[in-house]
Amino acid sequence: MKILVTAKRVPDPETTIKVNADGTGIEEAGIKWVVNPFDEIAIEQALQIKESQGESEVVIVSVGNSDSQEQLRTGLAMGADRAILVSADNPDPTVVSRILEKIVEKESPDLVIMGKQAIDDDSNEVGQMLAQRLGWPQATFISELELADGGGSATCVREIDGGLETLSFPLPAVITADLRLNEPRYASLPGIMKARKKPMEEVDAASLGIELGRSVTIVSVEPPPERAAGRVVESVDELITALQGEAKVL
Amino acid sequence: MGNVLIYGEHAGGNIPKATAVAVGAAQQIAAASGGDTILALLGNDLGGVKDAAAQLGATKVVCVESADLEHETADIRTLTMKAVAEATGSDTVVFAATTAGKDIAPRLAAAAEAAIASDVTAVNDDGTFVRPMYAGNVFATVKLESDFKVVSVRTTAFEPVEGAAASASEDLSLSIEKPGNAVEFVKLDATVSDRPVLTEAERVVAGGRGLKSAENFTTVLEPLVDALGAAMGASRAAVDAGYVPNDLQVGQTGKVIAPTLYIGVGISGAIQHLAGMKDSKVIVAINKDADAPIFSVADFGLVADLFEAVPELTEKVKALA
Repeated sequence: MKILVTAKRVPDPETTIKVNADGTGIEEAGIKWVVNPFDEIAIEQALQIKESQGESEVVIVSVGNSDSQEQLRTGLAMGADRAILVSADNPDPTVVSRILEKIVEKESPDLVIMGKQAIDDDSNEVGQMLAQRLGWPQATFISELELADGGGSATCVREIDGGLETLSFPLPAVITADLRLNEPRYASLPGIMKARKKPMEEVDAASLGIELGRSVTIVSVEPPPERAAGRVVESVDELITALQGEAKVL
Repeated sequence: MGNVLIYGEHAGGNIPKATAVAVGAAQQIAAASGGDTILALLGNDLGGVKDAAAQLGATKVVCVESADLEHETADIRTLTMKAVAEATGSDTVVFAATTAGKDIAPRLAAAAEAAIASDVTAVNDDGTFVRPMYAGNVFATVKLESDFKVVSVRTTAFEPVEGAAASASEDLSLSIEKPGNAVEFVKLDATVSDRPVLTEAERVVAGGRGLKSAENFTTVLEPLVDALGAAMGASRAAVDAGYVPNDLQVGQTGKVIAPTLYIGVGISGAIQHLAGMKDSKVIVAINKDADAPIFSVADFGLVADLFEAVPELTEKVKALA
């Protein structure tokens, strides 16, 4: 089967993020860029399906600037077969879902796997939007995936507020990965060497015949309000006294 | 004069606090547009939920009942919410940013070609919204460039409506065709707990990797949780390590909480975790590493070995009761 996965270029989750001087975005100097951690889980899942099903192809897509080649190479080094970079300037989730719809129409995958959210804009929107545009079933926040009917249908366990929900649906479908779906592998040295020779197609978003204007404008950005540091207490007794007297929460 | 439609969650005949909070946020949005707030209830055999919904403060409650709406699957509910919005003259649809809201809201936005703002923390008078990005390190003011808008709201950032008069209720008959490739609900393994719901609890005790094992969550942390009548939470590191299930995760990619009292035990305070608990009223940190970042947001920090401090705290809290 053919699986399409996504790899967004985002700041390393350990990076300290600061608002830039003119309040228009973040200070990008000194940031280390990585594959969105939830997309890594999606890639791992696609590779596991390929390993268990055989005769499968894993195509990895990134929408962003040309630097995103780096994240696509990471996915190729993990084991994806080929990559597509769609160059688009500062797209919002709606635009990304329009772009991915076009790529899906062209590639006709049996399954699209994405991270549940990107850790930069924290939108948690694109997978659901893509599923709707395609008229496909969706399963978000999944922690287990089982294919049936020779890859014609799937059963997923989703992590929802009230517990674990199991859904079944025919493929093609869009699923989004939560933390516990798997443990992403590291790219091996031979994998990194091989990745250099794997095909990477570049597509200009403007050539896809879709509307690229933002539907959400970022007017301004601000740092969060500072929370004043409190004080260190010396003992459990002092803590209890403080919680009873000062804070009045016990 | 667009109306504001609210997606009404319900389970087992009850409406979660998240929905009441979404009504509160919707009132703020409606105040600017001059429209009504309309609560949509979707389900099969809504029964007593209608009465509960009438108390939340919306101008009107609109009910859609169908066997296809028995479960909270996104495909059919998206189509239904779009039709309800059209039938009620609504140009904004508000969801609580719960797992259900996050599942359905973006799908509705795509179906209606609407601009969407997710996890909104404030509604401005000029119609713009504020939402966190980068694990809460950045708060963006965003403008939705479409007439029809979809918003999901962070439930710790708004208040439910107080002392509302009962709303009028109306049954809406819609014929929504279920897609041939629709998702089928198989089962729900509901979390069974006698403790308060994490996102609604007044007190939360959260454990981190410092607990060192799943067993220590049970033997060391749980007695304190129960002595305080609190909900239990965890850091992503503790979830990653397999000590506790993911539904206890507090943080950027887990649950956002704002209890009156939060106690972080063996949690260093990674930015991902702080994103989920920084709005708690009183923050207590217990950690043996005096340099742990959580101390920079804690009102009261105790630098101590948790395996000694937590049992001592538990016994002394019990003695207060």
